[in-house]
Amino acid sequence: MDLKKKRRIGESIIQGFLFLAAALSILVTIGIVYELGTEAMLFFTRKQWENTNKVITQSLEPGFTEFIVSESGATINEGDLVRLRSEEMLVVNVQDERLKVVRGAEDTEPVFHNEGTTLEKATQVTFLEFFGKTEWNPQIGKFGIWALVNATLMTSLIAITVALPVGLSVAIYLSEYASHRFRSILKPILEVLAGIPTVVYGYFALTFMTPLLRYIFGVDVVEIYNTASAGIVIGILIIPLVSSMSEDALSAVPNGLREASYGLGATKLETSLRVVVPSAISGIAAAFIVAISRAIGETMIVAIASGAGPNFTFNPFKAAETMTGHIVRISGGDLSYNSLDYNSIFAIGLLLFFMTLILNIFSHWIVKRFRKVY
Amino acid sequence: MNATQDEEIRLSMSEDDYFADTKKLSKRHALSKIWHVIFAASTLVGIVALTALLLNVFNNAFGYIALENSIQPEELAIDGVSIEEMSKENLVTILGDHVSKGLMRRFESGMTWEERSRENVYNLVLERVVDPKSVAQWTLYESLFKVNEIQQEMTEKYTEANLIFKSWITPSFITLPQSSNPLNAGVRTAILGSLWIIFISIVFSFPIGVGAAVYLQEYAKDSFVNRIIQTNINNLAGVPSIIYGILGLALFVRALNLITSGAVFGYTDPMTANGRTILSAGLTLGLLILPLIIINAQEAIKAVPNSLRQASYGMGATRWQTIWNHVLPSALPGILTGTILAISRAIGETAPLVVVGASTFITFDPDGPFSKFTTLPIQIYQWTARPQDVFRNIAAGAIIVLLILLLSMNAIAVLLRNKYSRRL
Repeated sequence: MDLKKKRRIGESIIQGFLFLAAALSILVTIGIVYELGTEAMLFFTRKQWENTNKVITQSLEPGFTEFIVSESGATINEGDLVRLRSEEMLVVNVQDERLKVVRGAEDTEPVFHNEGTTLEKATQVTFLEFFGKTEWNPQIGKFGIWALVNATLMTSLIAITVALPVGLSVAIYLSEYASHRFRSILKPILEVLAGIPTVVYGYFALTFMTPLLRYIFGVDVVEIYNTASAGIVIGILIIPLVSSMSEDALSAVPNGLREASYGLGATKLETSLRVVVPSAISGIAAAFIVAISRAIGETMIVAIASGAGPNFTFNPFKAAETMTGHIVRISGGDLSYNSLDYNSIFAIGLLLFFMTLILNIFSHWIVKRFRKVY
Repeated sequence: MNATQDEEIRLSMSEDDYFADTKKLSKRHALSKIWHVIFAASTLVGIVALTALLLNVFNNAFGYIALENSIQPEELAIDGVSIEEMSKENLVTILGDHVSKGLMRRFESGMTWEERSRENVYNLVLERVVDPKSVAQWTLYESLFKVNEIQQEMTEKYTEANLIFKSWITPSFITLPQSSNPLNAGVRTAILGSLWIIFISIVFSFPIGVGAAVYLQEYAKDSFVNRIIQTNINNLAGVPSIIYGILGLALFVRALNLITSGAVFGYTDPMTANGRTILSAGLTLGLLILPLIIINAQEAIKAVPNSLRQASYGMGATRWQTIWNHVLPSALPGILTGTILAISRAIGETAPLVVVGASTFITFDPDGPFSKFTTLPIQIYQWTARPQDVFRNIAAGAIIVLLILLLSMNAIAVLLRNKYSRRL
């Protein structure tokens, strides 16, 4: 009798397929980074031609490298890339209205140009402009991401100010005070709250929270679209997240610690706040960070309630468009694939992806690094 | 603490110390009680928010509206016969008198007047000639408690209009297609779109998700690659949904345009707009729920007791036989519950579908994976985003439909779980 281990081809094939299924998730991540990355690169390298409102004052032969332009219009500096019809030129010297150029830059053909041909200048979105400016207005070529990031940070900050105290209190109550029966009522309610689609929350923000804020603070102070209302409702949305993650952390604290605390004469509050919460602080911190990440990525609430138009403001009662809100708005129309708008979606998306990814990895790291194993 | 003990303690310390300590102690207990109340009150926030949200939706979904007709039906009567009793021929004449010739031709090219029933023509007259419009809406609360003020407003501002109580959610709201007139708009197109997309995303992600979970729980050793896969899945679950939308736009709509628009299958419908199809949307949502399905299925498989596997190996079964015949059936209720929860997430998802390119206005039903789409949440978003108030009411109606759909999904999840767990 042959007792050797039998090779089973079928089993190996199945295992191979299952591995591929698991490995697909890696492909998804690579796909996200690759697609977002390449399109975002296009955003930073794509030339945009802008009319300078200048014309050349004489006709220009193919061999000439100097010409005079009209006085009006935008200023042109050394090193700028300019264009007459389809021929591109690199400006090497500027003296008043006299330009010295290298003809036929970027592999274009030097050709004859008539007097009065308009001069165009290339603009490119630089990293410096993207990360250094606060005005976002694609129509006039302004791409300062801070207008959008600021609104995102504001809604997230408001959301976390609502969700952290409430969520943590709920978690403490559920884990330290509540009876079994009360827990069995409250937990499903929180689950329902977490399961409601965000577009419904958006509706809630616009038709309930905004009128409420306008009633409290005055119609003149609070605009119809504002970041405060969106932020508060995002806060309500993430309360279940904060409370359930924190409660898991609190429940994992062994009872011995509580009993020891009571034995020393501590009250219930002192036990909860000075013994149980510090012991579970890593889990609570992780919940806090995941909640921020969720708030940053939240889309429909801000798309509906926080306004359509980038606006760099610190006033929570004013309209301001967030990163996610902007992506939704400009992709809602028919978007041409070869436009700067299309590429800008990917640049914003990539930034958003890394912001949330770093927060999520950070939260995992906190749990791993600071978790106390009892 | 009885009296003698208390007496002993009192004797052991000075009088001031004793009173100071008891005072401090009662203060501490008072503080503890106050915070007990605060913690308890914070749990109310969730309940209050949920109640406010639901009440707000219902408040907008029902209420009085002021209905104004372009032409009063009485004015259309011919020889004292009202339009309700009029013959089809007379109704066609009325229609011809009041709408443009081009529109009449369009009606006729759709279906000739002979083919149309009297009912159909009558509805056309109501829609196109009488053309009722809602000029003002009141919420349910106002309709119930401020009837006098509403009536006063009616007599002052809307003298031409009729006051009727309107429920924005009706059977016809579910069966009618989308329309630019909020009084005739329905959500049938959107519901069908949602169902199609869910179907495709499940067909795509259920086998892959469960396969991945089986691999990670049953086969994977603690190697570097497997650890990366596991970490990666956890991170993917935290990626904002809109990022998946952007991925879907670049990958399915653009790069795989030929497949998702159906061109490689010889499907050339001029109506399909370059890859912005049900298939693209379904695959995008499939990627979105994949990590959720994997994580839930992993939990379910983890919960299967090891003795079951060992008994199976002991009987001489191979690894796959053990998994297929014992592990998966035991884990099935958990896997199904997790999958249904993932589906309810997908049903409510809006942002990725906007990015992938949901249509803003379609009135025809989707007829396959290569047609344009809209879904229920998209519809709600578009109606909510309109400036006219009347669309808020109709959005509230759509929200109720969506919430009922989600609620029944979750009920199915619970039922399935109960049924299977009893059998096993």
